[in-house]
Amino acid sequence: MAPTEPSLAGTVEAAASTGPREPQKTPTAPVARKSAASSGRKLSTKAMVTINVASVIAGIAAWALVSGLGLVGLPGPGEVALRAGELFADGTLAEDTGASLTRVLSGFVIGSALAIPVGFLMGWYSIGRAILEPYVQFFRTVPPLALLPLVMVTMGIGEAPKIFVIFLAAFLSCVISTYQGVVSVDKTLINAARVLGANSFVIFARVVVPASSPFILVGMRIGLGAGWATVVAAELLAAPNGLGMRMQQAQQFYDMPTIFVNVIAIGILGLIMDRLLLMVEARLTRWQERR
Amino acid sequence: MTTTTQNAMIRFENLRKEFTLTGTTFTALDGVNLDIADGEFVTVVGPSGCGKSTMLNAAAGLLEPTSGQVLVDDRPVNGPSPRTGVIFQQYALFPWLTVRKNVEFGLELKKVPAKERRAIVDHYLELVGLTRFADALPKELSGGMKQRCAIARAYAVNPEILLMDEPFGALDALTRVHMQEQLLETWTKERRTVMFVTHDVDESVFLASRVIVMAARPGRIHKEITIDLPYPRTESMRLSDEFAKLRAQVWEAVYHQPDAKGADE
Repeated sequence: MAPTEPSLAGTVEAAASTGPREPQKTPTAPVARKSAASSGRKLSTKAMVTINVASVIAGIAAWALVSGLGLVGLPGPGEVALRAGELFADGTLAEDTGASLTRVLSGFVIGSALAIPVGFLMGWYSIGRAILEPYVQFFRTVPPLALLPLVMVTMGIGEAPKIFVIFLAAFLSCVISTYQGVVSVDKTLINAARVLGANSFVIFARVVVPASSPFILVGMRIGLGAGWATVVAAELLAAPNGLGMRMQQAQQFYDMPTIFVNVIAIGILGLIMDRLLLMVEARLTRWQERR
Repeated sequence: MTTTTQNAMIRFENLRKEFTLTGTTFTALDGVNLDIADGEFVTVVGPSGCGKSTMLNAAAGLLEPTSGQVLVDDRPVNGPSPRTGVIFQQYALFPWLTVRKNVEFGLELKKVPAKERRAIVDHYLELVGLTRFADALPKELSGGMKQRCAIARAYAVNPEILLMDEPFGALDALTRVHMQEQLLETWTKERRTVMFVTHDVDESVFLASRVIVMAARPGRIHKEITIDLPYPRTESMRLSDEFAKLRAQVWEAVYHQPDAKGADE
């Protein structure tokens, strides 16, 4: 999923293009074909999905078997499904999901919204980089959750500290990626725009922004994943509701089915969010050469 | 060694360019004097590192000379200008824009009204034979088509000068020959001043009315060879004795380079 390096585009893109081409004109660049050959025979989409579904069913069956034999004292799929039905019926699941999603999306939106301009500043102006880079590099190595005790002392135990750590998680992954995107914009594209009469503003808005969009979107996806991981953990510490908090509570009552329901809900929601952003990404970066 | 014409479209005056790379200073160009007349087609050929692209970039206003200057139409170049179109080896198409939008880019910046823009774009897409691919993205095009799109984009803003930096370098031999013929065809129609950088001796002879052979370390003009073959140039001309003779002359000059000067290594 990594964005293609613009610098290679000139040499390899001819071979990688699959669109219309003139019959006698076949540029030779062997690079593009190699990776496909080494990964073996490719399955059709239908076969892939069938195997996906079969694999999940087999996993659930194995789970049922393990729990049925009483090997590790786990609840079985049936028990968990029953509990899920109860939690769904009394509205707890919806409330928790809503609370967790609200936190994660608030943090994610604020984080990305701030990361993009900051990333551009860092990539475009060396003075911006000089000022911001130490902070970004420092906070990048500190897990956002590790700041939670500090944040809770200063911001209290309401929504603010939780949204703040999620914001930080989303911001840091997105800012690095945006910065990378800006610095790796192909210099030739900038020159091409300059010789067509573009000034700095036009170059920024019409070359740098679109050229770095694949990087930004990758950063946003990573940011959303990081935010989701952070919210659950943040809720484990102190929250009136949320999927993480519900698990924490269930743990005290040794309520294994509830823990399972929430783990599964977290996984499914994370997957849905990631897929949604992936779809947006695929749509916005359709112009990219895929190799 | 250089001819001085009365009204040069591009004039290189004592051009010198130094680059500093990891503490070492390289002289990419030294004492380059050259006049290119209005409507002339000049090719610049030489081994890699002879500064031929540096020369072109200086003319394009994409880099600043260490000393000396480049004059376009008697005015010193101090930045890129839409009067000077540049075609790069790596096509440099905006991959997120369709063929039409790429060609339109410079016109939008010139604030040409939409209707007029459309007509101009249609005209140049027709000229380079990409009308059917107007709505395709660059990734859907072959190398030759991409370069034709880049040529249309450069033509669209109606530059007086075309600077071409090994534009056909990434293309296969056959596509290259077709592109050369097409380029000459459009040039005969529009007679823009062309400075064409290449490392291909055949290409330099086939296209130009004058070939400038460069030498490396430091980059400088080594020889000028006038190609007195008439235009339009045809396929059969490539196989003629005169062509072979001129090619041998250029080859000789490229191959037998003068010794490197000074402590520059």
